Amino acid sequence: MNRYSAWSLFRAGLERQRNWQPAWRDAEPKKAYDAIVIGGGGHGLATAYYLAKVHGIRNVALLERGWIGGGNTGRNTTVIRSNYFFPESTRFYDHALTLYEGLSRELNYNIMFSRRGMWTLAHDRHGLEVLRRSVNAMLRNGAEVELVGGEEVLRRIPGLCPTRFPVLAGLLQPRGGTARHDAVAWGYARAADGLGVDIIQNCEVLGFDIRGGAIRGVRTSRGDIASDRVGMAVAGHSSAMAKLAGFRLPIVSYALQAFVSEPMKPVLDTVVLAPATGVYVSQSDKGELVLGGALDLFPSYAQRGSLPALEQVAGGLIDMFPQFSRVRLLRQWAGIVDVVQDSTPILGQSPIDGLYLNCGWGTGGFKAIPAGGHCLAHVMATGKTHPLAAAFTLDRFRTGALIDEAAASGIAH
Amino acid sequence: MLLIDCPWCGPRSEREFRCGGESHIVRPETPDAVDDAAWADYLFYRHNTKGVSFERWLHRFGCGRWFNVARATTDHRLAAVYGMTDPRPELEDGR
Repeated sequence: MNRYSAWSLFRAGLERQRNWQPAWRDAEPKKAYDAIVIGGGGHGLATAYYLAKVHGIRNVALLERGWIGGGNTGRNTTVIRSNYFFPESTRFYDHALTLYEGLSRELNYNIMFSRRGMWTLAHDRHGLEVLRRSVNAMLRNGAEVELVGGEEVLRRIPGLCPTRFPVLAGLLQPRGGTARHDAVAWGYARAADGLGVDIIQNCEVLGFDIRGGAIRGVRTSRGDIASDRVGMAVAGHSSAMAKLAGFRLPIVSYALQAFVSEPMKPVLDTVVLAPATGVYVSQSDKGELVLGGALDLFPSYAQRGSLPALEQVAGGLIDMFPQFSRVRLLRQWAGIVDVVQDSTPILGQSPIDGLYLNCGWGTGGFKAIPAGGHCLAHVMATGKTHPLAAAFTLDRFRTGALIDEAAASGIAH
Repeated sequence: MLLIDCPWCGPRSEREFRCGGESHIVRPETPDAVDDAAWADYLFYRHNTKGVSFERWLHRFGCGRWFNVARATTDHRLAAVYGMTDPRPELEDGR
């Protein structure tokens, strides 16, 4: 792997940009691997990278049906935060945030992590109480956060001028921010490839080879591949993949939409979420407003959204920032998200020996990528669940030990 | 935008309706007798079909009645609309 640096850029300029190498090889599948990761999104790529980097397992195949980073990793709004309620969640997402902070250096790939802060607003007394409770929980769990009064919020968020819902206060997580989503996928892919991982695109998993309750390999559109360790990180398609392996999951798949406006000069230097409308917005480095809102509330595997959600998001944005009313939307898309009852991920063993799960991220998978990959790699390499993911078992739905972030941190689905 | 054919009101816009999730889930007859796994299966585990899914819908801003819909989750095409107590229609459901 060629290291990227100011010097390599300069030298490439002297060579008239003619000698750039592909960032990763287009690998052909081998007959057998020490480990297979299904799903070439952020979580899958991160898993492959940490398997090679942390655990020294380099004979790894990463199988992707389409192209890497083409699913939810390329379809989210790139917000990174850890404003959760329960200690298990805050610890885990804070770990992800910490890994994100050092990721550009670790991967030698600029993921453009911008720690611009993330605001959650309160519009009424009840909202304010929820915000206070949230701040207390975060402080107690060791996440940096501040509660800011309404007037100060309006002063600190440029252009915020709510017309319908007043702003009484705001919760600011200063360590939150955004990152370039494609760069996260490509950076992990390049680093994993550099350590020997085979990244195999256009390779759909069609079935599993399971004998005696244990995984022996996968059947793919490019032939059978043997391995007794398989991890799946396929987000909204987890149920379909589990069906191939003969079990069910407590997951329902929904479409989550996001929207991008035409690019503008810098106007918004932070991320803002208004719970009254469920709309959140930030501005990308390219100048586009990136906005999102609630799910389309019926199960879907179609990677496109419905109009009511678009209307609600556009309306919510204009309520917060009336001056954006004449900004045109450029693109719209939807990702298929894997929602579980308690909005807490499932990370660890599946009912099949040697088959491991990374799913249940719901609407917030992107911010968890480094930690999700780290923990899935850990359980695949050692057979033991990582301490950070100890509570995120599939078995919690049987024992009742749910970590109900859906209610506790007011996740809007 | 979905156009949903309410059995009582006829075709109406998606925004008048609410999806109530998978249909034909049967509560165990004797909750005391089933084990935790079976109870979890009833509460949380879903088919989450990629293909034709059988689900309950409520005409919330209309007649306020529940009914069943068979809908393809890949392209949202409605394959059937049928009553709340009717049996599941015989369709290629992908289960």
